[in-house]
Amino acid sequence: MLADIFEQYNYAIVIILMMTGLYVVFSSRNLIKKLVGLSIFQTSVFLLYITISKVAGGQPPILVDDHGESSGEEGHGAADAIQSAAEALEPGADASEQAIEVVAQAAEAGQVVYSNPLPHVLILTAIVVGVATLAIGLSLVVRIREVYKTIEEDEIDALDYAYNLEGTGPSPLAPETGAKS
Amino acid sequence: MFASVSFTPPTILLDISLLAILVIVAVSIVRMRSLFGIVMLQGVYSLVSAAWFVSLDAVDVAFTEAAVGAGVSTVLMLAAMLLADRKSAPVPLSRQWGPLLIVIFVGMAMFYAIGDMPAYGDANSAANSYVGLDYMAKTAEEIHIPNVVTAVLASYRGYDTFGETVVIFSAGLGVLLLLGLNGNAGRWHAECKGQRISRSSAPSASTEKSASERAEPETPPTKAAAKKAPAKKAAPKKAAPKKAVAKKTNKGGANG
Amino acid sequence: MAERKTRPSKPSKEEMAPRDPHVLLRVMAKFLIPLIALFALYVHFHGDYGPGGGFQAGVIFAASIILYALIFGLDAAKQAFPPSWIRIGMTLGVLLYGGTGVVTWLLGGEFLNYGVLAHEPSHGQHYGILAVELGVLVTVTTVMIAIFYAFGSRQPETSEEDW
Repeated sequence: MLADIFEQYNYAIVIILMMTGLYVVFSSRNLIKKLVGLSIFQTSVFLLYITISKVAGGQPPILVDDHGESSGEEGHGAADAIQSAAEALEPGADASEQAIEVVAQAAEAGQVVYSNPLPHVLILTAIVVGVATLAIGLSLVVRIREVYKTIEEDEIDALDYAYNLEGTGPSPLAPETGAKS
Repeated sequence: MFASVSFTPPTILLDISLLAILVIVAVSIVRMRSLFGIVMLQGVYSLVSAAWFVSLDAVDVAFTEAAVGAGVSTVLMLAAMLLADRKSAPVPLSRQWGPLLIVIFVGMAMFYAIGDMPAYGDANSAANSYVGLDYMAKTAEEIHIPNVVTAVLASYRGYDTFGETVVIFSAGLGVLLLLGLNGNAGRWHAECKGQRISRSSAPSASTEKSASERAEPETPPTKAAAKKAPAKKAAPKKAAPKKAVAKKTNKGGANG
Repeated sequence: MAERKTRPSKPSKEEMAPRDPHVLLRVMAKFLIPLIALFALYVHFHGDYGPGGGFQAGVIFAASIILYALIFGLDAAKQAFPPSWIRIGMTLGVLLYGGTGVVTWLLGGEFLNYGVLAHEPSHGQHYGILAVELGVLVTVTTVMIAIFYAFGSRQPETSEEDW
């Protein structure tokens, strides 16, 4: 169990971060703080994806040979070498030891190991979409603030409750217009 | 024990220290009440996670996270915070137990599931085996550009990126619909059940005076609103040195 | 030019004239903003060979405009990057992306299959990726600037003492 945790400590930390973000979303009553918690949660999901894509001893997925032609064979060869090496390994061995051996064999063959590019692509677009949706959320907060004069959820609930009690009665926001002038 | 993790000790030390900073920043965001501090710490969190992305070989993601997460979204949050409050109200302890229990329960369930995940840096896990390798191999053959991430983003998954662009476009459209490009120069108001429920809150808005005069005679203050709203709203207007004093006088003004 | 007109927005011209507390910021920003914009273009066009691409370049370019707005004021920024460009840019980027797909359609390929854009399929891929990333760049830049303008041009209710 403890060995598992050490081998997969990245997941443990990511879960802790994720739960921290979730806790902020659940417990805080302030809308901006809620959004910050949401973005912590979001970043932890990004971390989860990227840790899965990491290959031990790998390089960033940018092919080493310049612009092209020859690097084609090499990338393909490296991929093949990894697969064959992985198949050759005995199944009982420790996964990370296998990874070490895969990398070592690839290095012996003069090939480069790259990390998996696919999660990078998914997360790259998710980050930009994340900031766009964050902007939507923030603008909703700004509008709520302008109408309710507060961004604390409890106070917004109280104002809504008072307004609904009155039915067609006066707006709960009217008194502060009186106080202001 | 560390030997079983397939990284050299300096990398592990780097990873662990970055992750420790992340956890510390996240926990201090939970405990902090000043919204300015929270927003800045969120920027720090994004920057540190970008550093960890570099350590995880995801240079494109790190670049994006540093530019977007630490740059633009911090600026946006600061701008929104300027338009809203500076402090968040304290949450009473009795309302923290429920979320804490839920979070601990969910976290334990996820910890239980860790055993099924591939080891850190596993080259032949299911996630790293099939389509990623195909992209690596075929990019060099078909597209002839070194950066595989760009190739996958723009070519192999072009539909995906098209959708993301449309999402960004519609998000921008939504923000423009909600806020407008020209600010709140006293033009906005809404009617609800035949009654004007709000108006521009800009201090310099020209319609403010007439609107408040119109609203005052016909609207006796309800209890909750009189208790909460005026204190929040009018305290900064009076520019009184002490907030408590301002609250009291304003409440009195609202009731009388 | 533009910033000189709108700079003294804070107290009054007479108060600002003797000592500008932000002179260092202004000088450094004037030096840095063109470099940031240039770096954005580098990130975009070098995206094939190194980390980068339309998303990052768009955000960095928007950051240069946002820096300009933060240092010299929103009005000056609105003169440098008029809000009317925003509507055009947002739609133009998406149309550029979709239009690339339509062009590949018309040339006989599938939607967004850039191989048909040139005689050599790999060259076609190059052109297609560049065109598509340009669309992403334009959309992301203008949307980020639009969002910043939208937030920045609101009047804050809370006064300075509230800090």
